[in-house]
Amino acid sequence: MAPPTFRRSGLNKKARFSVFTGYVAAAIGAMAGAILLALSLWRPQAFADLRSQALDIVSPVGEAGAEARTGTRGFFDVVSGYYRAGSKNAELRREIEIARVRLAEAKALEQENRRLRAVLTIRDSDNKPVAVARLIGATSSSSRRFAYLGAGDKQGVTPEMPVVAPKGLVGRILETGTNSSRVLLLSDSESMVPVRRAKDDLVAFAEGRADGSLRLRLINLGINPIRPGDIFVTSGAGGLFRPGIAVAVADEITKDGAIAHVLSNPAATDYVTVEPIWRPEAVNAASVPVEQELGGE
Amino acid sequence: MISPINPRARQDRFGRKINRDHSRILALSIPWLTVLIGSLVPLLPIITPVPVVPPLAFITMLAWRLVRPGLLPLWAGVPFGLVDDLFSGQPFGSGILLFSLALIAIEALEMRFPWRSFFQDWLTASVLITAYLLCCWLFSGAIPGHVQLTVIVPQILLSLVLFPVIARMVSVFDRFRLMRVRRVG
Repeated sequence: MAPPTFRRSGLNKKARFSVFTGYVAAAIGAMAGAILLALSLWRPQAFADLRSQALDIVSPVGEAGAEARTGTRGFFDVVSGYYRAGSKNAELRREIEIARVRLAEAKALEQENRRLRAVLTIRDSDNKPVAVARLIGATSSSSRRFAYLGAGDKQGVTPEMPVVAPKGLVGRILETGTNSSRVLLLSDSESMVPVRRAKDDLVAFAEGRADGSLRLRLINLGINPIRPGDIFVTSGAGGLFRPGIAVAVADEITKDGAIAHVLSNPAATDYVTVEPIWRPEAVNAASVPVEQELGGE
Repeated sequence: MISPINPRARQDRFGRKINRDHSRILALSIPWLTVLIGSLVPLLPIITPVPVVPPLAFITMLAWRLVRPGLLPLWAGVPFGLVDDLFSGQPFGSGILLFSLALIAIEALEMRFPWRSFFQDWLTASVLITAYLLCCWLFSGAIPGHVQLTVIVPQILLSLVLFPVIARMVSVFDRFRLMRVRRVG
């Protein structure tokens, strides 16, 4: 299709002027964009308020969508459940018997744990969840991995709080609005979580790789003891995440650690809980410069 | 006896011709609304571990610009980019810059090639979409690594294949935009 002729202004002074103004406006717009981009690369949180207000406005749409998402997943699960129902049933029955025994053992351990804690007079840290909410969406076309959560300031959510799904850690709160907030997912390339192997004390860092997997980097280098299938949980170092939240399973062994996949698939989670920061004093201490004394003004 | 006239005789693809006219609000708002709805894709009930969903707002804007030159003003990239930045997860300003630059690039190209076929438009859009996604990777706010680069390759391919589909949808919207719905007199 040919462009409309009105932009061929010819001798018409007014038309020529309006074409020129269009170019000037577009160039100024692009320049303003470049300045804003430089500003937000320098200070990533500079426009957080604007973003969270916009998210507050549209979050009801996302809530409806989230309901549809979990609904349809349920439907497909029901259909796939009929496939090989008999053998699956037998397998599940066997598993549940084992699980019952394990549950009884865990209960005994829990009781013993409580008794030992009483002996040592350790106070149970009050880890009541701050809020329970739905993940209402996620950035699906940017190479950054953020999710949007349907709870914000009003529910007591503040930045840095861990977000946990029943299957494991999802990420942490980045920005909060009144009724919604942005979550930095584990797989974002800026996310880093201190983890340890569930069965022993092998510590590592889990870095996001933006493709849904994590890169585990061992802190103590040497012979790499990780085996495929090892489960990693949060270690509690840094004070942000409480210890023992499941994070990832190692898939592929690399030279200095492993490539692991995240246990909590955000697409499959219905509700997530926002937990308080585990040791706020440790997080605050980490932000105090070395030269300054802790607790001092 | 006079046979009744064919009821479709006084109609065209935009509706009845007698007593009806185009609605100015509809004709001007549909392009803007469709692009802005494209920006709300992150709120769709899809949560993907990998960025595979094409940048729908950007592709829709390109399609409108190529299908109907002159309908979107040259500065339209600023408001479209601003809204896209609020939800896309990219640092604020990257959308404003890249959307504006894309529109300016098409304008410059149009001066060189005023008459084009659809395949030339598709080629233009392919180059611009690829450049846009690479710039997004570069300006994502994280340190650009090769893993993210391999992740966006499927996204680029999907976007290129999706462009004709979206161009088709835009032409359907364009027909809807020009429906004669306003009653005259």
